[in-house]
Amino acid sequence: MEMFYEILITVFLVLAGIFGLAGSFGLVKLRDTMQRLHAPTKATTLGVGSVLIASMLYFGLIKGQLSFHELLITIFLFLTAPITANFIAKTYMAMNMKPEDIPETERAYGWAIFEDPPQPVVIDDEGQEGA
Amino acid sequence: MIDMALYFAMGCFGVGLLFNLYRIAVGPQAADRILALDTMVINVIALIVLYGIQGGTATYYEASMLVAMVGFVSTVAYCRFLLRGDIIE
Repeated sequence: MEMFYEILITVFLVLAGIFGLAGSFGLVKLRDTMQRLHAPTKATTLGVGSVLIASMLYFGLIKGQLSFHELLITIFLFLTAPITANFIAKTYMAMNMKPEDIPETERAYGWAIFEDPPQPVVIDDEGQEGA
Repeated sequence: MIDMALYFAMGCFGVGLLFNLYRIAVGPQAADRILALDTMVINVIALIVLYGIQGGTATYYEASMLVAMVGFVSTVAYCRFLLRGDIIE
């Protein structure tokens, strides 16, 4: 059984290495900044998740001290990776794109990076929309 | 067997750090550099956890958690500075 556990952990570690390397290699190889956003935010996050699963299995199955700290780190990383990707994409758009180049939002307000946030509508005592 | 896999994963993440360093040095846009720094933080978290597995100690979670939080906050702060010219308005 010990052998089976070791094989399982080894598989996760090798997967982690391959995914992490793929993410960082994509950062070098892809041509455009918007394309480069894909590789690290997805593949590297998956690689780190795999490392953390391997760590949890190692301490739980072989050392016999199960802990959920790794799950905490995994959840944190999986929550923050899309936010950072969104922020970096917005930074790139704000620095390199004009409002004419991108399509309309088809909503009442335009793109958040080019326009001010919408003002709240004030309704006075007679039910009229005030300034 | 786990030792070999650990060395393999550490090597992969180390080479990944070198790739990130190349992108920080070359990357034409500021967004590329921020992205490379963020990826570097993620790779460092993976390396810290791998080092913890190799040593067989559970002392390194706190370190990796701290690195994750500081990395996220610094990435957001850098992006906000470039977007708005100010971090906290």
